[in-house]
Amino acid sequence: MNMVNEFKIKQLSIFSENKPGRLAAVAKAMRDEKINILAFSIAEGAGYGVIRVIVDAPERALDRLIKDGFMVRFTDVIAVEMSDKPGGLYELTEMLAKAGVNIEYAYAYRNKPCAVLIIRVEEVDDGIAKIRQHGAKLLDSSHFQVDSNCSR
Amino acid sequence: MLSGYIPEFRTRFRATIMGIIMGLLNERIQMMPRKELDELQLKLLKAQARRLYELSPFYRERMKAKNVTPEDIRTLDDSAKLPFMTKKDLRDFYPDKLFTVPRREIIRYHASSGTTGKPTIVGYTRKDIDMWAESLGRSLTSVGLGEDDVIQVANTYGLFTGGLGFHYAAERIGAAVVPASTGNTERQIQMIQDLGVTAYAATPSYMMYVGEVAEKMGIDLKQSTLKTGLLGAEPWSDKMRDRIQSQYGIRGINCFGASELSGPLFTECSEQTGIHFWKDVALVEIIDPETHEKLGPGESGEMVITMLQKEAFPIIRYRIGDITMLEEDTCSCGRAHPRITRITGRVDDMLIIRGINVFPSQVEHCLNTNPEVGNEFQILVERKGHLDEMLVKVELKPEAFTDNILELNALRERITSKLRNSLNVGAKVELVPPGSLPRYEGKAKRVKDTREI
Repeated sequence: MNMVNEFKIKQLSIFSENKPGRLAAVAKAMRDEKINILAFSIAEGAGYGVIRVIVDAPERALDRLIKDGFMVRFTDVIAVEMSDKPGGLYELTEMLAKAGVNIEYAYAYRNKPCAVLIIRVEEVDDGIAKIRQHGAKLLDSSHFQVDSNCSR
Repeated sequence: MLSGYIPEFRTRFRATIMGIIMGLLNERIQMMPRKELDELQLKLLKAQARRLYELSPFYRERMKAKNVTPEDIRTLDDSAKLPFMTKKDLRDFYPDKLFTVPRREIIRYHASSGTTGKPTIVGYTRKDIDMWAESLGRSLTSVGLGEDDVIQVANTYGLFTGGLGFHYAAERIGAAVVPASTGNTERQIQMIQDLGVTAYAATPSYMMYVGEVAEKMGIDLKQSTLKTGLLGAEPWSDKMRDRIQSQYGIRGINCFGASELSGPLFTECSEQTGIHFWKDVALVEIIDPETHEKLGPGESGEMVITMLQKEAFPIIRYRIGDITMLEEDTCSCGRAHPRITRITGRVDDMLIIRGINVFPSQVEHCLNTNPEVGNEFQILVERKGHLDEMLVKVELKPEAFTDNILELNALRERITSKLRNSLNVGAKVELVPPGSLPRYEGKAKRVKDTREI
């Protein structure tokens, strides 16, 4: 079980009104705390959005954002490595399809020499197990702590 | 003696001639001299007070509490002795506990917005429906409408009284009715053209919208048969009236009514100098909302209405909440029936959105049925183009916040549709973070109305 938990990445999901300055307020809070944002995306709702962020100090980021009055919670996501070359995403997603892993949402970032796909699945434990069975490389949460690097 | 007789004779002569030429519905009452009207009104007031004292346990109690009996009503000014009725009474006695006829005598029900979840139910006897059609019918003939006219009714048909009210009145005066109801503006315009519609009943803002859509369709309403707009159910201004007249060649006739009173009942006459209230249908008073003191003609205050001939659901000294002024002088049209000037405001926080009455308390009541959102809310009203838009901001509770945007959207949809069902008018809903809406100590200012009328 511990093996599974290691691969759960704590993503911050922040509720945000759809108006200028909201993202800046999140970014400023992170700067003030000297927290590094590793990846983020914005999901657009009707008149509001959800800002999804991966940082190098999630607990501290959460405390600060709550203190600033944000509605924020952790969501467990999975980080899968893919090769940073043409076909890299195809290779990975085809594997996910074969493994029967359904993606709710995903976003990616590049961290030379590899690239990382962050995915949210409905059943996280099950997703982690399936992906590992199919031989893909998952990044564990320690990877997102300060100064870590990708494995290739 | 002679000097008293001649104007009287003139009025009568003029009335008869006008009745014949104009085809006035019930010309005798329309043009009745003041003295006779006052006598008729007093007779009806006495009869209604007596009737209610006998038939309405609710109103008898109220009269007893004020130490007044039907015998105390000897002059029209004695109406001030009678107790008030309020919207709250209508709510407390939901649905039909204020009715004063056996159920089998009711032939129709309508409903209007209540201040909370429950609407106000209005029942009608055959005579009530008849008087309603007669009252508005008279008014329609007072602006020159009649058998040769085609009246398109673009008020909502259904529980709301606007559609059927104009429908029955138009039929009563022998006009042809186009029961278009609301919506599908392009088809509405097509009907105006194809059927030679001469009068159009709607809210003034929708009338403007129809004009605008017609322009986009390349149709010049000035060249059409449409000459009269029967406009009401929401506040509007002389500025809007001028625009409707000059841009579309439509004479804007101001109309008044309310479901509690029956529905649309009265309009201006062709002189367009205030809405005539038929003296045998309603007794209008203007009071100071604080002291409840009766105010004189030309003084602005709260309108109080007594319906003199209603059977099923009597309304006595009803505090309808509108602020206006009374004009008692005989109108240049010759009618001695009093007029009210434009309604300039409300004594309560009621909003009128696209002709529909909306109370912030209704919004609150509806939001409270959603455990996912908090108690704070804000209502923003603006006019976009010619139509009203209402936005309701409500705080999402932290425990209801999810990372799943589909679930959030579904929640918003759910609240939107609940609001639409309970208000009978659409509102946009915005979910905002907890604590982000203003908090109030004392009286909350939850409504921001930026409409320019």
